[in-house]
Amino acid sequence: MILIVAEHTAGKLAKATLEMVTAARESGREGPITLLVLGQNVAAVATEAAAVADQVLVADLPQLATYNAEVWAAATTQIAQEGEAHTVIIGGSRSGREYAPRVAVKLDAAYLEDATRLSSNGAALQAQRYTYLARVTETVEADGLVVVTVKPGSFAPAAPAGAAGEQYDVDLTLPAPRVQVTGKSVEKSSRVALTEADVIVTGGRGVGSPENFAKYVEGLADSIGAGVGATRAVVDAGWRPYAEQVGQTGKTVQPKAYIALGVSGAVQHLSGMGKSKNIIAINKDAEAPIFKVADYGIVGDVNEIVPALIEASRK
Amino acid sequence: MNILTLVRQVPDAEARVKISGQSVDLDGATLVIDGMDEYGVEEALRLRESGAPVEQIIALAIGPKKVEDALRTSLAMGVDRAIHIETDEKFDAVTLSRAVAQVAQAENVTLILVGGQEADWDSQALGAASAERLGWPQLTWTNELKLDGDTLTGRHDVDDGNESFSATLPAVVTTQQGLNEPRYPTLPNIMKAKKKELRKDDPATYQLQGRVRTVNAEIQTRARLNKMIDGKDAQAAAQQLLELLRNEAKVIA
Repeated sequence: MILIVAEHTAGKLAKATLEMVTAARESGREGPITLLVLGQNVAAVATEAAAVADQVLVADLPQLATYNAEVWAAATTQIAQEGEAHTVIIGGSRSGREYAPRVAVKLDAAYLEDATRLSSNGAALQAQRYTYLARVTETVEADGLVVVTVKPGSFAPAAPAGAAGEQYDVDLTLPAPRVQVTGKSVEKSSRVALTEADVIVTGGRGVGSPENFAKYVEGLADSIGAGVGATRAVVDAGWRPYAEQVGQTGKTVQPKAYIALGVSGAVQHLSGMGKSKNIIAINKDAEAPIFKVADYGIVGDVNEIVPALIEASRK
Repeated sequence: MNILTLVRQVPDAEARVKISGQSVDLDGATLVIDGMDEYGVEEALRLRESGAPVEQIIALAIGPKKVEDALRTSLAMGVDRAIHIETDEKFDAVTLSRAVAQVAQAENVTLILVGGQEADWDSQALGAASAERLGWPQLTWTNELKLDGDTLTGRHDVDDGNESFSATLPAVVTTQQGLNEPRYPTLPNIMKAKKKELRKDDPATYQLQGRVRTVNAEIQTRARLNKMIDGKDAQAAAQQLLELLRNEAKVIA
């Protein structure tokens, strides 16, 4: 069987789960597609999951109320072993890429990380992935039992299958978490999430100041209904929260339009947004590398052009 | 206690990447210590400087001969000694974690520091896989770390924000930006580093057998329109850009 660990938040199945179902369908691997739902009070999630899977295994346990790498790895491994899974698919989220390697070691399986495409070649599962700051696409393969993480946003969300899959409750023997969480700060935004936004407006140091960032980057984003992104330099300077960072060490995004304001275009930044459908750059410096990857570029002052853009977009 | 810092060598971010045959060819590229690992080296030194009872800080690298340069950089930063498992073969992170675990046990290590994400292969797996092999907990994407006795506390990023944590050694910590500002090796320290031990290990000792094969590699180029709009007249430029967004890109109404 193909085992997928469902991702969900606030009682709802995440889009990433539907993307993983598509990845499983396209993988060429045989056997029923099984979704594993780990958590507490997850009945609604399980019902949503049943619409796209052949079967759903539900572990509704108090020990699973909050994510922990060792607990998640133990749970996934037990189910994979009992169900004799040959393919385990885990989301390429921060947490997914944290516990998936532990599952691969526990199962003595090969590990294909952050796949953007999956296919079979005989007995081997082949995965495409981006390397070298997303400048190279490599195809890697492995035989036998394989654990795969799937890069968010790389597969279309799966449509419901014909009939809803059966749901089964499962019990698990879980280790006690050894890492204690002593505090948590959730970075919330009232705007559309970066990884789901059709349009993103990102600001770099060229915007000038935190005040200008609020006025121009957030102002433009709000006037056209876009998400807000930031470069590493802006986050390092403390102007914006890390949750907004786009790039190698931040989020990878591929919106329909990416509007870069005062962004120079360091390769680490390009690796996080270079797959966007349309790239629009506004920068004073005509030599900025961002213009090399832009579809539309304006050499000019953000302070003058953005207010004009906001004004014109309201008409 | 002994700390193991894992060090990789990667092409400089600005280096041009080329493909020969079916794989990436780094011949002639400038190679540097992976920035993410450098945070780990720096953090080990800072833990000792903050008064933690650190006996030895050992840097470990697995890779071809030239990886010695990255180990020399670590030694010049202040690491006590280095181990180089010299091999030209490219192993995946889960396979490499076998060697990491064996070295950690042989060297009586209780803390492993490693970069959270590799700048070349983009893998985040080495820390987690090594922790699993050793049966240790892990703290990933750490941007604040303190050690008191054998209790680690700090802060790290998670899916939806960040968490403060507490855990007991032994443990694996993966490092990232914000944790510290790595020091530059000074000339006297570079000279001193030349006398420090850099031990060569035979890869056969570790019986590594890779499970992942690279089939193909392609440079991704995507043709961009590169249409430039004159920004001297802000109103006209804004109007023109909006029309493009509405009619050509069709992303706004």
